[in-house]
This record gives sequence, structure tokens and C-alpha cells, in this order.
Amino acid sequence: MFAITRKEEIAPKFWRFLVQAPEIARKHRAGQFVIILLDGHGERIPLTIAASDPVGGTITLVVQEVGKSTMQLSALPVGTELLSVIGPLGTPTHIEKFGTVVCVGGGAGIAPLLPIAAALKAAGNQVISILGGRNKDLVILRDEMAASSDEMFFTTDDGSFGRKGFVSHALADLIAERGKPDLVVAIGPAIMMKVVADLTRKHEVKTLCSLNSIMIDGTGMCGCCRVTVGGSSKFVCVDGPEFDAHQVDFDILIKRLRAYLPEEQVARERYMADHACRALEGARA
Amino acid sequence: MTEPIQGLPELAKKDRMKIPRHPMPEQEPLHRVKNFAEVALGYTAEAAMQEAQRCLQCDKPLCVAGCPVEIDIPAFVDLIRQGDFKGAVSKIKETNTLPAICGRVCPQEDQCEVVCVLTKKFTPVAIGRLERYVADLERASGEIDMPECAPPTGHRVAIIGSGPAGLACAADLQKRGHQVTIFEALHKTGGVLVYGIPEFRLPKEIVDYEVENLKRMGVEIRTGFVVGKTATVEELFHESGFDAVFFGTGAGLPSFMNIPGEHYIGVQSANEFLTRVNLMKAYEFPSYDTPVRTGKRVAVIGSGNVAMDCLRCAKRLGAQEVICVYRRTRAESPARKEELERAEEEFIDFRWLSAPLEIYGNDEGFVTGMKIQRMELGEPDASGRRRPVPIAGSEYDIGIDTVVVAIGQSPNPLATRATPGLELNRHGCIVVDQQTMMSTSLPGVFAGGDVVTGAATVILAMGAGKQAARGIHDWLGRLERGEATKPTWPSKSA
Repeated sequence: MFAITRKEEIAPKFWRFLVQAPEIARKHRAGQFVIILLDGHGERIPLTIAASDPVGGTITLVVQEVGKSTMQLSALPVGTELLSVIGPLGTPTHIEKFGTVVCVGGGAGIAPLLPIAAALKAAGNQVISILGGRNKDLVILRDEMAASSDEMFFTTDDGSFGRKGFVSHALADLIAERGKPDLVVAIGPAIMMKVVADLTRKHEVKTLCSLNSIMIDGTGMCGCCRVTVGGSSKFVCVDGPEFDAHQVDFDILIKRLRAYLPEEQVARERYMADHACRALEGARA
Repeated sequence: MTEPIQGLPELAKKDRMKIPRHPMPEQEPLHRVKNFAEVALGYTAEAAMQEAQRCLQCDKPLCVAGCPVEIDIPAFVDLIRQGDFKGAVSKIKETNTLPAICGRVCPQEDQCEVVCVLTKKFTPVAIGRLERYVADLERASGEIDMPECAPPTGHRVAIIGSGPAGLACAADLQKRGHQVTIFEALHKTGGVLVYGIPEFRLPKEIVDYEVENLKRMGVEIRTGFVVGKTATVEELFHESGFDAVFFGTGAGLPSFMNIPGEHYIGVQSANEFLTRVNLMKAYEFPSYDTPVRTGKRVAVIGSGNVAMDCLRCAKRLGAQEVICVYRRTRAESPARKEELERAEEEFIDFRWLSAPLEIYGNDEGFVTGMKIQRMELGEPDASGRRRPVPIAGSEYDIGIDTVVVAIGQSPNPLATRATPGLELNRHGCIVVDQQTMMSTSLPGVFAGGDVVTGAATVILAMGAGKQAARGIHDWLGRLERGEATKPTWPSKSA
């Protein structure tokens, strides 16, 4: 079970996996995620489901290599069976015909945005997508997002693609030119979502964000993922991952995301050292 | 277990009373706080037989009535005295499926041992330690007495949750010939036995072993399957073809204090802390991938068994100071006496009559301290315990870098919320009818353990699981005779 059936590098250090998980593929709705475990020593990694194929029984996961576990996952060959894939977890996105919806995605956040954009489009919304990244390569899933968007805008930090700047700049201009959309969905780094939320709050545009706080079980058992929303504590894994972006205390979220930075570094360096040794041994053999 | 063992003679009752209760050999505190190995080391054969010799073999044994699963205690104890350890464990297994676990984590001092006749003048027979001894011996011998299962009935039962209630229910139903599938949300089987109770109180190999035995009986186990998400109860009945469903989902929802500063990094629920340590083996980071944050000075809020586990884990993880903050006194502490004593031996700083008011943090969001209010005991409250009341002007600050909140758990609503028509009380616990063996408001749906009672003990959950197994067996009979039908839900596509 849970075999990797396809794998491709869609951008530098961004991998798209197809994983066999028929029960999850059947039940998945936009906005939901899975928890995966690579092996018996592994940690529980929450990953948004980027797409699902109920007929083929697979789910699509998009993974950015950032830490030990995502590096290890990215190195796994097709055919490898993951120890566990658990889900679909979290509350699905509320989908209806809102009118005009702007989908704002930054970096790895474009992957979770994809099924939401597709569902909103299917529900009859006009979908305008604003996608951004540090450079052209990191504005991922452009073709897939285009299939669910009526219009597309791109931004890059270095100006290598689309306009130079941040997604929030493009959104501000869009609102200035065309007036308020009916809904904004913003998914990306916490700081990006905070800036977008500050902008749309000013314009009184309802805005949803999807949060990626640190999790263990993903079923409401540990409370590690808690965030402050509207002054009270919410669990991202069961109450979310989507929340009203205007109610989220992003400053607390940003700090809590750094809780285990030293340990993450230890694990990454240890993995890389081990990996380098194995590569050397391989070369000698 | 294969070599014949010379038993001990039956002594006159007055001589039995002269034998002192055999102490449990334990790792020394100074040594054990540096490892996660089990604290209790177990009896030798000689110690077990001498301890068994103390039993008065009462005509009307009160201990049996004190046991939630009514083990024939005098019988198994006498078999130990005779050196028939295999016979003893078989006797226990007539009613208790998990003796190696219960021998370790049951609160015997409140159940079988408290009513032992010897307790009045002397000390009770160490029933739990004897149970543990023979169960361990059987496991070590590799010669397992597998229970006989009735011929297959063709009925299929889904059990949600693989904690003590689910495991006990599964074993009894499988023995009656029903095909049981356990659905476990986590990636390991055992529920609180694997994520909650630490290795030094209950080695995980024992849980794994008991789970393997269930599999050998034919029980199917699906880990990583979240009922309510991966499939609903309705789908289990009408798409997967199950004939009955048992909720043994436990009390897994952590409570927080709702005081200022609980969002700071380093403040964690007991569930988070224990799950990282026990389930994810964070004490072996980075060999295992999951880390745990334990600083130099750790405060654990609460004084129940879960709090004791957190305190003792924090100590073993290398914290220099571990502080227990509890608003009542030692006398009101809900922890087992044995657990309290072990924690005290392990250099835990107990601050009785202390209530946390606020948690302090720095600009980076990390915990730096806590404001504590001194309390005194006032009039008794609804629970009969004297209510702690604040002493005005007694607040003081302590410097800490980690807080573990161990003030209780309630049922996780994930599976119950996804089951329309299932009646819950105002605490989110499933309402059951004891008369009809743990049936719920939905036909064919049964429940037992912490999801019914709120956080309680392993043995009570097992007892409830066994009772529900009888209820489910009856229900399957009625289903077969056409006297009952599976529950239906209105179509969602309407």
C-alpha cells in the first residue's frame, strides 16, 4: 500500500509524487491534507493533497525539499511504499459560487491552492490567479493553475518572470484597477498571508488562508498546531487548515513555526553528512 | 516454564500472615532518571511463590469483586504458590486478555488489593505484581496459550480505536467467531498504551506482543485509518459491510488552562509532550526524526497520573529542575500513590497549593516564566474535596522554559461528530445503556472506555470493552434472527 507510482521534479527542489491511496483519493475534498510517515523512525509530515484521482486511486503530493524528511522523501524511487498515509484530514474548503475569486499563491503554497482553484472554477466562479516565487523556476504549477483560472498574473522577487515584486503588490494593483473581488484565497509563506490579509482587511474583502503550523497527529489530539484566531485558540488540523485570514494572529504563527529550528538543522545536517558518506561509498565500490 | 518448579507448601493462616509483602525490585532513582528502561524489575520465581503463599484463600474473596474484569484471583495466586505459573496465567486469561499490561498499570491499591483481608492488619497480597510475573514469564517462554475461537459466524465488527477498550472488545468478539477489524487513526496500535504511557512504566514491546497475539487470533488491524475522515460509520455499515461498530476512541482531546501566554513556544499539552516522547521516540532524536522541547526548567501543571508521566519523562530528558504545580495538596492528588512516590524519589519539586496565573515569554515567543498564586484549602466542593482558594497577595514568579499542561483530557469529537444521531452528553461523552451492554442511541453501535466515562483507567476501559463485546454478540444474534436492522441515515444527496 501507499506506493509511489510516479515522481517528477517540477522545479528545482520541488517534487510531484503520485501515491497510491485509494480510500483517501475517494474521500478527498479541496483544502484537505494527509499525514505521511516514511519509515519506522520517521516523523509525521503533514502535506496538502494537490489533486486526487478517485478512479486511479492515487493522490498527488507536491513536496519542497526543505528539511531532513522532505529531502529523504524526494530521494525515494518510484515503487517505494510509504509506511503510512493518513487522511484526508482537516475541514474541506467551503465551495460555492461567490462571483470573482482571486487565488493568491506563493512558492510551495501554490500546491494546496490548486485543488481549491479547481473547485471554485467548477462551481462557476471567475477565478483570477496571482502566483509568485523568488524566481521564475519557483513559480510552480503554472499550467495546472492556468487550467482552473480565467486570468493569471505572476510576480517574482528578482523580476525574472512576470512583474518584479510580491504577490501582494499585484493584488493591490488588481483591486485598484478593477475594484473589490468577492473573495480572496491566499496560501503561501505565513508572512505572505499576513501581508495579503492586511491589504484585504483595508479593502474589506473576505479572505481565506490555509495554515501550515507544526503538527504531530493531525486529528486534534496534541494541540501542537494551535493558532490564535479571533482571540481564541484553534487547532489547524481539525478546525482548519483554512481560516478567515483577517482573524488569524500571524505574528504568533510565524514565531511558533520557528519552535524547532535548531533541531531541524541538526536533523538536516546529520542526513546530509550521512548521505554524502553513502554517495562516497557508492563511488568507491 | 517447561522445567517443573517445586511449589511451596500451604501454610497455616497465622503463618501466612507472618510473611512480609515482597517488595518490587526497582532501578535506583539516581540511575533510572537517566534512562527510559522500566523502573520495576519484576519478581523472581521464589519471590512470587513466597508472595503467593501469603494469600489467605478466603471463602468469599473480596478481591474478585474488586476487579473490574473479575479475575479469579485466589485461584491464580494459589497456582503460583504451587509453582504452576502456566496454569496461573491461563486462569487470569479466562477473563483478562492483557495481564502483562494490567499487572503494570492497574490501580490495584484501589481495586483488588484495597479489599484484601490482609490489608486491615498487615499489607495486601501483591496481586498486580503476581499477575505481571506470570504474564511476563509466559511471554518470555514463547509458549503462548492461544484462546480457542468459535467457528466463524460470518459477522463482521468494526472497532474504532486500538486502546484498551478496543483491544479487549476485539479479543472477546473474535473468540466468539466474529470477524473483527480494528481501525486505528495513529500509525501504531495500542492507543494510550503506546502514545501516553511511557516506556519506563509499560515497555512498548509488551503492547506489540499483545497486539501480535490478537492478529494471530485473526483480528485485522488497519492503522492510519481515521474513522470520520477516511470512512464514516455509515460507510462502514453500508459500503464495507460491517454488522456492528464499537467506539473505543478514548479521551484524546487535550484541555488547556486558558490563561495568558499559553501560545508561547515551550507550552505544550501532556498529549503533545507524551506523544512526541512515547509514540515518536523523541528521546532518541536525532536517530528518530521527531524532536521534543524540554528545557532546563520544566513546569508540569496538574498532579494526576498523566502529570506524573510528564514529570518523570522531563527528568529523563535531562531537565535540571522539574516542578509540579498543583492547586490542591498531595492528599487530593488524583495520581496513584505508587506513581507519586516514584516521582518524589526522582527529585521532582512538588509545589502543592499553587495555581498558575500567567505564562511569560520573550520577544521571540519562547516561554521564560510563570506567575503562580498560592492557594489554601477552603470548604469541600461538589467532588467532596476541599476547594482551593487563592491567598490574596501571594503571587510569585518562577523562571522556566517549558510548560506541560496535564489538567485532563476529554473525548476527541472527530469520529463522533461525523456520526449523526449518536447521542452525546454535555462533556462530549457517548451516552450508553449499561443494561443493554453499552449500546448507544444508534442500533448496532456500541461504545466503551474513556469515550463514555471521560478519562479513567486502562482496566475500566477493558472491562467496558468486554461488556460491549457481550452486547455486540447479542445484537448480532438479533440481527441474524431478523429482530434488528442496521442503522440508516438520510441520503446526503437529497
